[in-house]
This record gives sequence, C-alpha cells and structure tokens, in this order.
Amino acid sequence: MSDVTINVNGTDRSATVEDRTLLVDFLREALGLTGTHVGCDTSQCGACTVILDGKAVKSCTVLAVMAEGSEVRTIEGLAEGDELHPVQAAFCKHHALQCGFCTPGMIMAAVNILERHGPDIDEALVRHQLEGNLCRCTGYHNIVKAVLDAAQQTRIAAE
Amino acid sequence: MMYDFAYHRARTLDDARAAFRDADDAAYVSGGHSLLPTMKNRLAAPDRLVHLTAIPELRGIARDGDRLVIGAAETHAGVAASPVVQEAIPALAALAGSIGDPQVRHRGTMGGSVANNDPAADYPSAVLGLGATIHTSEREIDADDFFAGMFTTALDEGEIVTRIAFPVPDSAGYAKMRNPASRYALAASFVARFGGDVRVAITGAGSDGVFRWHEAEEALAARFEPGALDGLAVDPDGMMSDMHASAAFRAHLCAVGTARAVANPGRLTLLA
Repeated sequence: MSDVTINVNGTDRSATVEDRTLLVDFLREALGLTGTHVGCDTSQCGACTVILDGKAVKSCTVLAVMAEGSEVRTIEGLAEGDELHPVQAAFCKHHALQCGFCTPGMIMAAVNILERHGPDIDEALVRHQLEGNLCRCTGYHNIVKAVLDAAQQTRIAAE
Repeated sequence: MMYDFAYHRARTLDDARAAFRDADDAAYVSGGHSLLPTMKNRLAAPDRLVHLTAIPELRGIARDGDRLVIGAAETHAGVAASPVVQEAIPALAALAGSIGDPQVRHRGTMGGSVANNDPAADYPSAVLGLGATIHTSEREIDADDFFAGMFTTALDEGEIVTRIAFPVPDSAGYAKMRNPASRYALAASFVARFGGDVRVAITGAGSDGVFRWHEAEEALAARFEPGALDGLAVDPDGMMSDMHASAAFRAHLCAVGTARAVANPGRLTLLA
C-alpha cells in the first residue's frame, strides 16, 4: 500500500491505495469521480482519458502511484458552476454524442487538443488527434464539428 | 486486475539497480504502455515495479556533433515535437508522431519501446536503420548486436537503457502500413542514407522481429532510387502470418514500403 496525493481539479486529494491501483480506479473508487469511464481497460478506447500534468492520458494505463504529486483534470473539473466549458457546450450544440459513454474521454481529449495546439486547428488535425478515442455511435462527424466550433468560439472570445 | 506488486520510483540509476536486485522478480517500467497491459492480461507478474522516468540521466534530447542523443525516458510525443530531432532526423520525429495515438505518445518512451523489442513496434526500425548505439547502465551496444529476436534483446538482467545515440544521416525516410485497429506496423521500412552507404530496417513483418534487408541496401547503395528495388523481394518464409496479414502480403509490403521510404525522405509515408 502507498499513500498517494494527487491534485485533482485544483484540490489535493489523498488516499492510501494498493500499488496496483490504476489512476482511473483511484478517481472512481477512492474519490467517487465517476465521470471518467472505463471502456476497454486495454489502452485502446480512450473513454478513461484525463489530463495529467497538461497531457491527455489513458487513466486505465497509469498507476495512481505514478501520478503522485501530479495535477489531474477530469470531466468534473471543466464546468464553472452551471456554465459549461466551451467544448462541453459545443458537444451539446452539435449533438456530438449519442449513448454518451465515450463523451467524457472524448471531451478531455478535445480540451487537451485545444490546449496543445491552440484554436487555429483544422479538421485533419482534429481527426488525427482524436485517434485515441473510439466512439461506436456517432461516426465522429459531429464530434469533429463540435471540436472545430469550440476552437472557433475560443478564437472569437480572444478577439 | 493485475496481480499485486510493490512500486518503487527510482531517483538514480544505482537506486534503480538496487531495487531491481533486491526483489525476487522485478521489472523496470517507464511509460508502462506495454508492460501494464501485459500485466493486466497476467502474462507478466513482477513482484516489484521499478519506475525509471524520474532518473535524470534518462532525460534530454541533444545534438552532439554528428549524433543525435535521446534519453531513454523521453516520450514519443516529446521526440515528435522536438525541434532538435526535427532538424537532425525529421523522419525520426515523424515516426515518433505516428506511434499509437496522442495519449499513448504522452506516456510511452523510446527506451521502453526499444528494450521491449515488440516485433511490430516502430522505434526498433529507426534504431537499426540508423545504426544507432544503445547506451546502458553498463556499456554501449551497437544496434546490429542489440535486437535478438521477438521481445528479446542483448540486455542482461537488471541492465537499463539510458540513452540512444543516432548517427545523423544525409537522408532518411519511414513508410508503414498500419494495422487499422491496433495501429502497430503490419510492415514498415526505415531507410537511411549515409553518403554511399544505405541501411534498410524492416519492422512489423519478420517472424524474428526487426531485421535489415541487406539485398535492398546493396541495390540502393548502387543507385538510390525506388527503381533500384525492382525485382527484389523479401522471402515470405521469414514473415509473420496472422489474421491481419498473410506472410506473402507482409513480404510485398516490405518492398512497397522500402520504395516509398526512398521516394519520400524526411518524412513518414503511410501506406494506408
């Protein structure tokens, strides 16, 4: 067992966990943050995507002990009160989800795309950068539209 | 659920080696993107994981004269985005940017990939194709002596890859056909030209893992253009065959990939 402290969505959170505990299980089981989903548990689907020290990662393939001392952002950390994050709002506007299972991971991956690449992005970049997130419902078109619109809204807000 | 184990974050090479030695069945871990899935499948069950990425000697990317030296714990994303790598060996940066997906590239490391020697991994082809030198906690190993068959290397028990030094070529190219599901290479060819010498390394296809295609090297040394490969073929007998691609198809892809890598230096060419 190890004592782990991870800053999650701006707050230090501590727990004593088995060393084999995955980051996603630390979030869901120890902290009750069940917005981060476990899809495949084999590093393929991206439903468990969170942002670890500024980089999107699959939290099913990171040990909680590896994230000791790090900053993690999850889907619960995006909205400010009732105001959705621009990427969340764009997913609603463009109907970028159907069953919604992949959505938290998809949104965290999209938020990280905008953080790493800025708002001047095109469709090819978005599609390439979303390769780590699988959606079995939408066919991706509306997801890509939503990410591009969120980028556009960010550009407008910056002007 | 993985079998239980104890985790140790090493701060120095000596610390890592001692932690490894003191366990019954330890494993080193870097990004963990090969090892943790293997442990989930219970194909590996180390009793201690020694985490290497906090060791300073394993970090850094720098040009050192005619060599490009990359720390073993540098991530695929870091290599892909490095201006030093893009300037020295752009095909290597492009290769790194084509591994897995963004999340995988944020965690997976060069040293982990090379030490694991997955027969479908990308990096072994660049290490062998460029004739790199693998620096370890104990010694230096030439790429030609390092890869020893599927998931097997010249590394001894407890030995740690610290950095990899790549000779900077006059030009290099990388072409691959990806497995559409896993995104590992079904077959990929890394071609590097050093003056009149050419090296060709193939990954994803060979049943003994990465290998040099000497016949193509000789033909390209005589005439460095795709047409020099006309009539050359890799023997399907040495190729992997599975539900994704037959041995004959993989042998075909070796030739196509090598020609495309010659025709498109300085970048990645995706065959599909």
